[in-house]
Amino acid sequence: MVHQWGMVIDLDRCTGCEACVVACHAENNISTVGEDQAARGRAIHWIRVERYFEGEFPDVKTKFMPVLCQQCDAAPCEPVCPTFASYHTIEGLNGQVYNRCIGTRYCANACPYNVRFFNFYNPAWDKPLNLQLNPDVSVREVGVMEKCTFCVQRIKASEVQAAAEKRDVRDGEIQPACVQSCPTKAMVFGDLSDPHSEVSRLAHSNRATKLLGELGTLPKVTYLQRDSWHGGEDS
Amino acid sequence: MAAKTPEQITDDLLRPLSGVSARYLTALAFLAGVIVAAFCAFGWQIYAGIGVAGIRRPVFWGFYITNFVFWIGLSHAGTLISAILRLANATWRRPVTRCAEVITVFALSIGATFPIIHLGKPWLAFWMIPYPSQRGIWPNVRSPLVWDFFAISTYLVSSVTFLLLPMLPDMALIRDRATGLRKKIYSVAALGWRGTSKQWHRLESAMQIMAVAVIPVAVSVHSIVSWDFAMAPVPMWHSTIFAPYFVAGAIFSGIAALIIAMALLRKFLHLEAYLLREHFENLGKLLLVMSLLWFYFVFAERLTVWYGNETPEMPVFWATLTGSYSPLFWIMVFCNFLLPFPILAIKKLRTITGTVIASSGVVIGMWLERFLIIVPSLSNKYLPYSFGSYRPTWVEITITAGTFAAMAVLYMLFAKTVPIISIWELKAAEHLAADRPPAWERVAQEGAD
Repeated sequence: MVHQWGMVIDLDRCTGCEACVVACHAENNISTVGEDQAARGRAIHWIRVERYFEGEFPDVKTKFMPVLCQQCDAAPCEPVCPTFASYHTIEGLNGQVYNRCIGTRYCANACPYNVRFFNFYNPAWDKPLNLQLNPDVSVREVGVMEKCTFCVQRIKASEVQAAAEKRDVRDGEIQPACVQSCPTKAMVFGDLSDPHSEVSRLAHSNRATKLLGELGTLPKVTYLQRDSWHGGEDS
Repeated sequence: MAAKTPEQITDDLLRPLSGVSARYLTALAFLAGVIVAAFCAFGWQIYAGIGVAGIRRPVFWGFYITNFVFWIGLSHAGTLISAILRLANATWRRPVTRCAEVITVFALSIGATFPIIHLGKPWLAFWMIPYPSQRGIWPNVRSPLVWDFFAISTYLVSSVTFLLLPMLPDMALIRDRATGLRKKIYSVAALGWRGTSKQWHRLESAMQIMAVAVIPVAVSVHSIVSWDFAMAPVPMWHSTIFAPYFVAGAIFSGIAALIIAMALLRKFLHLEAYLLREHFENLGKLLLVMSLLWFYFVFAERLTVWYGNETPEMPVFWATLTGSYSPLFWIMVFCNFLLPFPILAIKKLRTITGTVIASSGVVIGMWLERFLIIVPSLSNKYLPYSFGSYRPTWVEITITAGTFAAMAVLYMLFAKTVPIISIWELKAAEHLAADRPPAWERVAQEGAD
């Protein structure tokens, strides 16, 4: 059975603490571009917490929304890549092959979620972050695109382990760094092709919505939220 | 012009090839300096990383892609215009065709370098070429960028052919008058042209075939360039109107570039007797039609977006109309419509100076149009949290200036090595006008002398 990895993010639980952002940086060897470059819009965050305010002062509500690659089933980033650097894996991930990428940046323009990032320079880390690079994740050089992989190195490690023990991957066994680090357990990761997995169950919740679902990109990340999210009254 | 004999025509049109002035060399040196600066900027970009350009998230395409679309658009000056005029048998086209066709070849070559300059890894641009490689994959034929690669290479090959074919008799003419090394070089360029009637007939039919074949190629090129944008689900890019809109804009800017080039040639090569007010007037009328067509397309595009009132599109719409990009937008409307329309519509103003002023406006306006298509959409894409802006750096500005200098240098060198007005075609027109035997027979006899 081919897995279809997916994620559910409960916006009613998210506190906007950004632990997921930090964990992602540490796990995936994401370079810290420095203050100057960040101010020029070159910061790389495979997951970011978007912050929106609703209402007029003083009656203001703050809403947080973690946004990462939605691993779309009909991903606009994939067909536009001239060199197949951006492609669809069997397990439904939007793969990004760094060695194939020649840096047209077309995928980033086509992505409606703006979750693709470009290496404007060779990667660098402020000390002492340069001492903690993850050996399981390749470092990306100047001129290539990168983005969230759903921590594919963890997925692969668990699949190899499960195969060695001649069993299926257990639900909840795989945790991407963001999911693992979430203090309010707002994020759940798992196999959407297994109807009994927690992620499948939550994805069918009546609070479930897709980000920009109207574009037909078929995202594999589902957001849970009460109706109030778009400015209505609490229900 | 009717008073000119074939000998006078030959002498007049070969005179620019006979030497260079100090003024010419000064201009050439200055332009070469700008080109060297552009190469240095590109070298710096490769050495330091493409971060030295102004592009950023979410505006991943900026000046480079603007220039790409602009130059490819300009390249529609020649081949398309000259092919259409040839097929329509417009006799006034004869002095115009070659200087138009050569714009195509140079503008296309310059435009085609920008997708390479803008790459994160320009040294891997050859991965666009389908060849059996150790990597074991072909280019992704679903990608509009790969369509671009094929369309532009096809257009380049056909427009070079379209330029070189009718140059053969003139090359042979220079060969027959030259001596020494010059004779050897022009002998190669003439490809063994002897002026036999068989050769004339073959040239005529080859030009007919090329003129028909090159029109769909030219249309396809700019349609495909437009699909680089229209295929992506980006607000105000994802539009069915883009292909014809881009083709019309390309022809628009192409005619403008041609008028400017002709005016410069007329002044500096003293071709007042050949490039007449009639030519500028006729091209000015064409430019007027394209200006109206351009306005119609922009109006139709904006009206449907505004009326449709779709949430993702409105930020882009207002950013260009009243927001931070509005100064550029209204300059564009002025340059592309408000300025050229009265000049070209009123017969008294449709002079050589008038058409050149209108054309200068159009070239600026069309560059701005390309910029305003690309950047505002990317900076206002869907999630407001990621909205951004764009500002070019000195690297992008220098490279942009370098390409304009490159265009000027290539054109200057060409005008000194090849008669910029087709000699044999002019002579043929004279013969036809004098109601003499068919042109090729007369010219063939001359060649055989």
